Amino acid sequence: MERRAFLLIGFIVMLFVIFTSRLVYLQLFDESLKLSAENNVIRRLKDYAPRGHIYDRHNRLIVGNQSAYDLMVIPSQVRDLDTSAFCEHFHMDREDLRKALKKAVVYSRLKPSVVIKQMMHSEYAAVQEKLVFYPGFFFQRRLLRSYQYDGAANIAGFIGEVSEAFVRNNPEYARGDFYGVAGIEKSYESTLRGKDGVRRIVVDVHNREKGQFEGGLYDTLPVSGSHLTATIDIELQRYAERLMANKRGGVVAIDPQTGELLVVASSPTFDPNLLVGRDRNRNYVELYRDSVDKPLFDRALLAEYPPGSPFKILNALIGLQVGAITPNTQYTCGGGFRHGSLFVRCKCGTGHPLPLKAGIYKSCNNYFCTTYKNIIERHKRAPVGLQNWNAHVKSFGMGEFFNNDLPTGRRGLVPDSTYYNNVYRTNRWKAVSTISNGIGQGELLVTPLQLANLAAAIANRGYYYTPHIVSHIDGEPITDPHFTQPKYTMVDSIHFETVIEGMFEVFEQGTARLSRIEGIAMCGKTGTAENPHGQDHSIFMAFAPRDNPKIAIAVFIENGYWGSRWAAPIASLVMEKFLTGEIKRPEMEKRMLEGSLREEYDNQARRLQERRERNAAARQ
Amino acid sequence: MNQRGVFQIDWPTILMYLMLVGIGWMNIYAATYSDQYEGLLDINQNHGRQLIFFLGAVVIMLLVLFLDIRLLRIAPWPLYIISLASLVAVLLFGQKISGARSWFVLGPIGIQPGEFAKVAAALVLANYMGRLEFSWRKWKDRIIAILLVAIPALIILPQPDLGSTIVFSAFIFVFHREGMSSGWIFLGLAVGLIFVLALLFDSLYLSLFFLAIALIVIFIQRKKSRRWVSVLGVLFVVIGVIQSVDYTFNNLLEDRHRNRINILLGLEQDLKGVGYNTHQAQIAIGSGGLTGKGFLQGTQTKYNFVPEQHTDFIFCTVGEEWGLVGSVILLLLFSGFLMRLIFMAERQKVVMYRVYGYALVSVLFFHFAINIAMAIGLFPVVGIPLPFVSYGGSSLWAFSLMLFIFVKMDAHRMDVW
Repeated sequence: MERRAFLLIGFIVMLFVIFTSRLVYLQLFDESLKLSAENNVIRRLKDYAPRGHIYDRHNRLIVGNQSAYDLMVIPSQVRDLDTSAFCEHFHMDREDLRKALKKAVVYSRLKPSVVIKQMMHSEYAAVQEKLVFYPGFFFQRRLLRSYQYDGAANIAGFIGEVSEAFVRNNPEYARGDFYGVAGIEKSYESTLRGKDGVRRIVVDVHNREKGQFEGGLYDTLPVSGSHLTATIDIELQRYAERLMANKRGGVVAIDPQTGELLVVASSPTFDPNLLVGRDRNRNYVELYRDSVDKPLFDRALLAEYPPGSPFKILNALIGLQVGAITPNTQYTCGGGFRHGSLFVRCKCGTGHPLPLKAGIYKSCNNYFCTTYKNIIERHKRAPVGLQNWNAHVKSFGMGEFFNNDLPTGRRGLVPDSTYYNNVYRTNRWKAVSTISNGIGQGELLVTPLQLANLAAAIANRGYYYTPHIVSHIDGEPITDPHFTQPKYTMVDSIHFETVIEGMFEVFEQGTARLSRIEGIAMCGKTGTAENPHGQDHSIFMAFAPRDNPKIAIAVFIENGYWGSRWAAPIASLVMEKFLTGEIKRPEMEKRMLEGSLREEYDNQARRLQERRERNAAARQ
Repeated sequence: MNQRGVFQIDWPTILMYLMLVGIGWMNIYAATYSDQYEGLLDINQNHGRQLIFFLGAVVIMLLVLFLDIRLLRIAPWPLYIISLASLVAVLLFGQKISGARSWFVLGPIGIQPGEFAKVAAALVLANYMGRLEFSWRKWKDRIIAILLVAIPALIILPQPDLGSTIVFSAFIFVFHREGMSSGWIFLGLAVGLIFVLALLFDSLYLSLFFLAIALIVIFIQRKKSRRWVSVLGVLFVVIGVIQSVDYTFNNLLEDRHRNRINILLGLEQDLKGVGYNTHQAQIAIGSGGLTGKGFLQGTQTKYNFVPEQHTDFIFCTVGEEWGLVGSVILLLLFSGFLMRLIFMAERQKVVMYRVYGYALVSVLFFHFAINIAMAIGLFPVVGIPLPFVSYGGSSLWAFSLMLFIFVKMDAHRMDVW
């Protein structure tokens, strides 16, 4: 052969060698290509697990699941869309439709996007058959929460779609997942969530489904979340919420023998069904932006109020424990507590020596200021005495978090010596400098939950169980010793009888005698707390029956004038309902159900607004 | 055709041709196949149409074999003129399909004049260079030969169809066989290499690098008088190329070419956009492994992840479903086919036949080299088919016509006329 032929032959051989080695590399050594091939065709689809149900203490379903349907669109498959007919069928604004379609096209022409979120079943049934007129649109089923009652929103909480940031921090979640945003949904998220299943399907380059991968061999079924039994009594909760209508504040009731929360009512509240379905987002924004009523703010757990007179009970107990007083110690009130230039007014209206019991049911300011002064002055230096007092108070669950199974909470405030050292810029202050603590005023702050827990600790004569909201998981009782073991206070049980006697007399002849329930021995203490925002708060703390107590309760009504005006009757009605199952005082019930402090709040808001305007004008 | 001609047909060539078309059809079927369609002869499916194209190719084959060989004396020039005219016409009246104005559409059939232009150019070149008085040493002959190839190539370029234009440079092997110095081929390769290097490295450092090499060569060969003049001359050209690369790259090439080159060199990564094709092609081939996933089992193939998989990227189907074994067999078959054609070209006594044979081999070789290199990620994406294997009527007919003209010539190699 001609010599010149070998150039081309050489090229052919060289090319064959190059191509073969490249193929060997691609097909035998580059494993990433095989993985990419798999990722190309296999789509992992989630089978959403149903969330666990939430029942109340009597196994009544509070929160269940319901199907909802997202209307999806695949833009590339849409043909001849008659927008006006579409908007009429699906009750949609034309502008909204235009925006949704535009967004879908921007995201992907071939992948589905949501047009209408969370259509409820009734709505879905009505429009489902219309879908044949709209190629490219289809429904995708989602599981949403369904609330059987229009109350207990603050306890049950609600779920929402995860945000981008949430997914970044919690890799076990993916876009489109739901998670508990508030309430039990939040604190028991991992229990309620369940385990999503995975379906593997094969898709082509246009994302069209081509069937199961390997006949579903690697698919997993979703595992439903665990069902929870909440400790609350949903009927009682609803009743408390109705009583609280048009008033601001919180009601917390505890079963003292177990620490189970019977009622955690906050007012104003909202209907949890508002946060389900098509209008969820609009409703949520409305609730969120309501800066006057703050319906999303759980006043029962988060609002910190001065405890007022109920705190005197605690001072009495500490006084007995540290030996500052005895049950027979008598003080004479001369219209108030006097020390040098300091004067704390008292409205008990007595001029003769009062023993402890009478001091309690007459709510004598002088008695408890003196008791408090004596407690602090058991030590030579006031800071040491205060520190001791502080430890006793905190042993009742005040000034600290409970670290329980509620997703939120507040510490409240029980001042210690460091606090006053900072306030007075010296440690040479005296007991009388902090005398407001004696009557539950001043710096002291508690939440309704903490006050209810105080009532429970007194009812138990010296110990309490950490208040909690869930008693059973999947029917199994909880075993966490934090909830099942009693927590002992620093006050011995022998000191409680006199104090309880005093609280009993509050109903018999004291400030709460109008809230007495026939045939039930009840113990309580009213409170009227001054506060910087306006009218005094109406406060009440109680438990019943006196022996073998079944319920301990605390009620706060913001700007409710005085304790026996609102808080005591409401607490009394809740206890009656719980203990007897019926209400025998319809006119009191009617008064509470219909009573409104709306005008008071409006006035207060107006005053605030005016002051703000004045300040603004002054600044200019 | 006389009786002797039929028996002197080169049967190994025919056999390999049939094997290539058969392999091609099978893989077109796999690339088009999806679970819904099952008809083998469905005219609406690519594999069904390819079967009809093949029947057309058989008709062309018979036609060519039975026509009088003497037609080759008179046919080239008219065919060449017609071909040039149709190339111009397609620029003016052609149908624009995926961005290129390279199709005449007659009802359901689309015809690409560009594919047939190669046949006409090969014929007329063979005719011209086969004349007794032709000599590569004569500048006039040289220039006319080059022009005969360059004119159709340049008319195709504005379609735009860079791939086909590049294919016309295959004729350099024909010129080489007929007397051109091999230095030009290596020079072409060197320029290509320097072009790639200049894109990868800073042009200043690259120039300094070559300067250093030149100085070393001069130092080693310092005994040879005046060697430094030629070395410096080469160096001057090299640096000129390097410095002009930036300009060429940024101003003469179009965006899509720039992008594809950048992707290939790893200077850019864009797996969803411009790099999608190359990336998906390699995924498909790479996932085949040693023995492949089996006929109709390729997921990347079945679900259309590689665009143009039945045409320019048909090799991906082979790679995925038949693995390394199948791919190498196809490479061997094609290389063997080319070798056979070279052998046949060399045995021609008539210069025109030899020139034509070389033109055929060179064009096939270029298609083969660029198509496979593109599929396995060694060359930027330029849309040219793998002859006989890829789907497409024009390409199959044009290559069959070109091949059988040569088979016909070979059968008559002993005739003297």
